[in-house]
Amino acid sequence: MFAHEFMRHALIAGSFVGLACGLVGYFVVLRAQVFAGDALSHVAFTGALAAAVLGLNILAGLFAATILGGIIMGILGDKARADDVTIGSLFAWTLGLGVLFLTIFTTQDSAGNGTAGVRVLFGSIFGLSTTDVRNAVVLAVLAGALLLAIARPLLFASLDTAVAAAQGVPVRALGLVFLALLGLVSAQATQAVGALLLLGLLAAPAGAAHRLTTRPYLGLALSALFSVGSIWIGLTLSYVFPTLPPSSMIIAAAVGVYVLALATTAARDPSAFWLRQANGNVA
Amino acid sequence: MSRLGALAPRAKPAGAATSTAVAFDRAAARLGGRTIWSDVSLTVAEGDFVAVLGPNGAGKSTLINAILGLLPLAAGTASVLGRPPGDSKGLIGYLPQRRSFDTGTRIRGVDLVRLGLDGARWGVPLPGLPSHKRDAARVGEVIELVGAIGYARQPIGELSGGEQQRLLIAQALVRRPKLLLLDEPLDSLDLPNQAAVAALVRRICEEEYVAVLLVAHDINPILGYLDRVVYLAGGNAIEGAPQEVITSETLTRLYGAPIEVLRASDGRLVVVGQPEAPFVHGDRHG
Repeated sequence: MFAHEFMRHALIAGSFVGLACGLVGYFVVLRAQVFAGDALSHVAFTGALAAAVLGLNILAGLFAATILGGIIMGILGDKARADDVTIGSLFAWTLGLGVLFLTIFTTQDSAGNGTAGVRVLFGSIFGLSTTDVRNAVVLAVLAGALLLAIARPLLFASLDTAVAAAQGVPVRALGLVFLALLGLVSAQATQAVGALLLLGLLAAPAGAAHRLTTRPYLGLALSALFSVGSIWIGLTLSYVFPTLPPSSMIIAAAVGVYVLALATTAARDPSAFWLRQANGNVA
Repeated sequence: MSRLGALAPRAKPAGAATSTAVAFDRAAARLGGRTIWSDVSLTVAEGDFVAVLGPNGAGKSTLINAILGLLPLAAGTASVLGRPPGDSKGLIGYLPQRRSFDTGTRIRGVDLVRLGLDGARWGVPLPGLPSHKRDAARVGEVIELVGAIGYARQPIGELSGGEQQRLLIAQALVRRPKLLLLDEPLDSLDLPNQAAVAALVRRICEEEYVAVLLVAHDINPILGYLDRVVYLAGGNAIEGAPQEVITSETLTRLYGAPIEVLRASDGRLVVVGQPEAPFVHGDRHG
């Protein structure tokens, strides 16, 4: 399967995107910000289609919208957690706006090119050009490096905000940088698996890592490994069975890893496992 | 308001200079336009175990925030470890109020203690570095000091309140602070655990020569371990030895209302007649 250029492109770009998703995802789960990831997927959809309607580069629109969305959520700060209704409505409205843009775009485009919407929703990992791959690799390396650079103070701030702040860790600024980073990675994941499924790539491998280890840095590495592994498994399945779309196979693999992690912890210590379930443990 | 008496400082390690951990002079704190307390003067010597007492809303946590430099004083002066508040972050161990971890927090206690040591540094820890080994040794030391070896490697969210509290004290101690600020560390603990943690804090004071300010609701579990108390009420504060401060006369003067301190047959102190919080602050001084 390495003979095909589209497959090589998908594997290279997918590996790096998966790496960034896994690293950022570990903190998304730790900080209980899966909701923020979900909101950013709506923003990704709308941003890309707004750019399409305005005749701008779809990718540029995608990245600008998600990074900006992340920063706005960061500035709203604690309110983003406290007032779920406001934020929920705001993002439903964003998604509604996206649908509006999609309609405008498909009716004004004489060639009937409605595939842009579908590509944003479900990803287009088998249609990446050499430039796309290069951009994906550069951005993923950048995002991963930035995340590793802030990993330790971010871990401190996530677990123990008050003490971290008392020791001079810039808690607010870190939260903001992290959400901007989440925006960047969401945009990348949108290319791979689409806006609808990006949440799975952010949450499932990270959730599995949280299940399997209580060592934070090992968990971070495992999360990245599971995420990259899911991309490889998904792409291989989709290549072997061409009727299966790559995005759904990637997410199926990611969720499969999570279910395996659940099963492993349950088998290791069944009573503790069920006790945790009863206590409403989600991670 | 004047301080009542002064105890001779306890024996301290040879070579250590006598100095003041915390000194407030006629200090006042305002929060959202409301004066929380004013005209507060107090001194905490190095190695002292001091309890901060008072009714809800008297400004006990505000005092801690003022010492940390998180809340600037509205009046008066303060010095913390010989510097203005906020300038000696690395030398202060801090345990905030009512902190407990969600059962879903799947991070080991030992990692949380470790973050107290290196959490403010950028990057990720690299196992090859010599500092990594040194840090790990220090973390092991404080975990042993608080007696948490048995459960330090379990997820913090699955530990009991008392176990979490010991690990959090270890975290506050890990950077060898000269001053330890503990905001209601006994709050969610049962009585045997309250006494055990108080005894632990006393031992830390002596072994590590740290000044401790411990905010508490009830003086009784800690009475036998204390050097001094700071009693906040009615917008003011009194500092002194417990037997001088927790008396009917002193507290009546502080509250500006009749207060009776009773001593039960088992030695427990009962304060009767405290006005209910929230308390009206203002022209109550003197």
